[in-house]
Amino acid sequence: MNFKTTIGLEVHVELKTNSKIFSPSPVEYGDDPNANTNVIDWGYPGVLPTTNKGVVKSGIMAALALHAQVEPHTHFDRKNYFYPDNPKAYQITQSDKPIAHDGWIEIDVDGEKKRVGIAEMHIEEDAGKNTHARDFSYVDLNRQGTPLIEIVSKPEIASPDEAYAYLEALRQRIQFTGISDVKMEEGSMRVDVNISIRPEGQKEYGTKTELKNLNSFNYVRKGLAFEEQRQQRVLMSGGQIQQETRRFDENTGETILMRVKEGSDDYRYFPEPDLPAINISDDWVNEIGSEMPEMPGSRRARYVKELGLTDYDAMVVTQTKEMADFFDETVKLGADPKSASNYLQGDVNAFLNEQHADLQDTKLTPANLAGMINLITDGTISTKMAKKVFKAITQGKEPKAFVEEKGLIQLSDPAKLQPIIDGVLADNQQSIDDFNNGKDRAVGYLVGQIMKQTHGKANPKVVNQLLMASLKK
Amino acid sequence: MKYFEKDLTSLHDDLVAKRISVTDLVKATFDNIAATDPELNAFLTLNQDAALKKAAEMDEKGVDADNVLAGIPLAIKDNIVTNGLTTTAASKMLENFVPVYDATVVKQLNKQGVINVGKTNMDEFAMGGSTENSAFKTTKNAWDYTRVPGGSSGGSAAAVASGEVIAALGSDTGGSIRQPSSFNGIVGMKPTYGRISRWGLIAFASSLDEIGPMTRTVKDNAILLSAVAGHDDHDMTTSTKEVPDFAAELNDQTSVKGMKIGLPKEYLGEGVDQEVKDAILAAADKYRELGATVDEVSLPHNKYGVAAYYIIASSEASSNLQRFDGIRYGHRSKDVKNLEDVYVNSRTEGFGDEVKRRIMLGTFSLSAGFYDAYFKKAAQVRTLIINDFQAVLKDHDFIMGPVAPTPAFKIGDEISDPMTMYMNDVLTIPVNLAGLPGMSIPAGFAKGMPVGMQLIGRPFDESTLYKAGYVFEQATDFHKQTPKQGGNN
Repeated sequence: MNFKTTIGLEVHVELKTNSKIFSPSPVEYGDDPNANTNVIDWGYPGVLPTTNKGVVKSGIMAALALHAQVEPHTHFDRKNYFYPDNPKAYQITQSDKPIAHDGWIEIDVDGEKKRVGIAEMHIEEDAGKNTHARDFSYVDLNRQGTPLIEIVSKPEIASPDEAYAYLEALRQRIQFTGISDVKMEEGSMRVDVNISIRPEGQKEYGTKTELKNLNSFNYVRKGLAFEEQRQQRVLMSGGQIQQETRRFDENTGETILMRVKEGSDDYRYFPEPDLPAINISDDWVNEIGSEMPEMPGSRRARYVKELGLTDYDAMVVTQTKEMADFFDETVKLGADPKSASNYLQGDVNAFLNEQHADLQDTKLTPANLAGMINLITDGTISTKMAKKVFKAITQGKEPKAFVEEKGLIQLSDPAKLQPIIDGVLADNQQSIDDFNNGKDRAVGYLVGQIMKQTHGKANPKVVNQLLMASLKK
Repeated sequence: MKYFEKDLTSLHDDLVAKRISVTDLVKATFDNIAATDPELNAFLTLNQDAALKKAAEMDEKGVDADNVLAGIPLAIKDNIVTNGLTTTAASKMLENFVPVYDATVVKQLNKQGVINVGKTNMDEFAMGGSTENSAFKTTKNAWDYTRVPGGSSGGSAAAVASGEVIAALGSDTGGSIRQPSSFNGIVGMKPTYGRISRWGLIAFASSLDEIGPMTRTVKDNAILLSAVAGHDDHDMTTSTKEVPDFAAELNDQTSVKGMKIGLPKEYLGEGVDQEVKDAILAAADKYRELGATVDEVSLPHNKYGVAAYYIIASSEASSNLQRFDGIRYGHRSKDVKNLEDVYVNSRTEGFGDEVKRRIMLGTFSLSAGFYDAYFKKAAQVRTLIINDFQAVLKDHDFIMGPVAPTPAFKIGDEISDPMTMYMNDVLTIPVNLAGLPGMSIPAGFAKGMPVGMQLIGRPFDESTLYKAGYVFEQATDFHKQTPKQGGNN
């Protein structure tokens, strides 16, 4: 029997705002527990929320980045449940009229392009955090009220690979808007996954299971792949899928039953009476749209068409907004696009991996990278010398000054090179004879000798020209 | 010294002219309370030390002649948080709760030099119409100690009516300022929703709650409203509309001549006491005499107000009161083995019966499968009630009617019968549902007990109500009658 797989993804993206969504407390991590809280975050008697307008703006930006329809009259709802990390015993979220709906993103699996629909996206507050000791649990409300956007996919993802591609594309587009760091390892992007399978030809969806503890895109793919197989085995052996939550085990790559769901939770949603409805005008949406950073797709197209990059190169330099911005800036300062792209993919990436750093956190600047590339292009330094220069610019040094200080300037002046070449030729009659007898290898040997005499500073291109002219005399 | 002979303006003159010091005034107030309150039970917490300290500081500095509220002792309902002063909302849940911040209204009053003498009794979390739902004590009617003061702001009403203080703040979700004002023969204003910040008001029903002043005269009421009204960055439901100097509009020239007043036939229908009806009809004649026209109007959907209200208010309350979970503040049960016990036992022990009843009603109304039939339907009824008022107020300056169907009833008479108790609010609830301003002013007596008249205005038009109330007050002497010491009227 063949099965069709349906995957649903709910992605929570944490917004990079200065203050919380409904209180003026700072959004900061790593501080002492409850340091970044006030009476609102404690759910104290008599307090009221006030909406951070920046969060609504971020929501609109995310909607535009995901081709979604912005809801002109949106409001918040209360989701009621008791838990110690939820101090009001309700979460302020959106249920009835979320900020945007019906979006899509394009994914690419092995060259096959597909649009995946986004059902809706809503803005809401995060909860605090419980830590469990032996006899007590501790509650830290620093995270309470951190703004989130939840993005819910339509049931159109048909394989673990598509899920992976969806998350990649989603992360990239959100990252380009600048509203979030979207880093799973830091918790600024979190993914809830559900999956069901059904026999080919069956109309109704199968019973879905939810997966937890998927802390990277790879684990999402692995967990889904395992779960897809597991569900198939159950159905093939005549069993039934239960509605349950399963935990992904990073060590074994398997999913393990956490709890079976009985009925659905009743959160008693109703409109939040403490906050007025939000009216979003077309003008505001258009204004935000006009300020939106260029999305990766259109950047890729521009790089291919205007700058002559290959599709592959264009894809790699648009992996993150920081990389793409860096590339744009470098090219604007006169660097050859192909060289800039090569350096970013090669030396720069290697450097970032080695440092475990993000581009924006290093001392590398577009001006210095462009400066170095321009020195190569105009023949001042060789690509070999550039290795040293690159190291210097990662330490924030200005390439031209560094090259001058270290005497790395390439010897390109024929008047200075010719006497050296003449000397080498005078000492190597055998090589001249070999050349005349058609042995081209001799040229390489002679160039090597010239480089040796100039301590590697001779411009290989000029040396070649002068040498060939001398040999052919 | 009782406050019966004084109003805010004359007291202010005395203070500025140093005929009396702030300290003496505050001391006299606490003497009043000491003499009256052991039986009246209007106060839950007194703020004596801090009040006297502040009074001494003001005497030192001198009373600001431009600020009519400087040095005036005032009482505050116990669901309005006061920094450093126990605030319980008359619930065992918050018996030992000392807030770390001031409500916006308290901050505004403090800034103007008002002296908070203490926190007044109320129905637990403002749920009730007799103050019998207080977890701590039963306040009595200032006129008759065997009768209820009304509620939920019964403590504030009794404190003002008995002359313990000159003014107090209350809160009104379905009639909780107007009904006790009516029962105690004082002036109580529930302003337009959004007129006063709710920041620091312990929420009962967020879309209905409104703080308001309770005083002996219309002018005092107007002074106090101007002092606490206005937009607040902490409360997004407050209006940015400018706040008039309401009291400045009340003088010899104030008149109702040419005003059109609507008298809804539904407000004088079945269940309304004959003497109450007579008082209101007499008031209507008085207004005609003063040059206004009064004609019968209809608010056909008002009769569904009580049903809609108990669903909406209880639904919001069920959510608002979830934060009292025994985790961060308030009562925590000692009888716990796990998290579930903390929640269930703390709340079982901390909340009284009426609060539990409304939490259950609200939780049910919001539940999946019932939401559409209850909460949503109630919200639709609310819209119809708003439309009723709009239609009448389009060509009437204000609406008049009784505040409550009856004068104050006996303590213990209705407490075991929630439906009868709920019907007491039938004439006040629609005003909250529509978010309109509503005021109670003394308009007569029934069986020796005060009867209040309710004036209902257009949104943010408290001015008209104050003017109409002031003119009526000047033309009558109901407000000059005072209860006897000990409530033996």
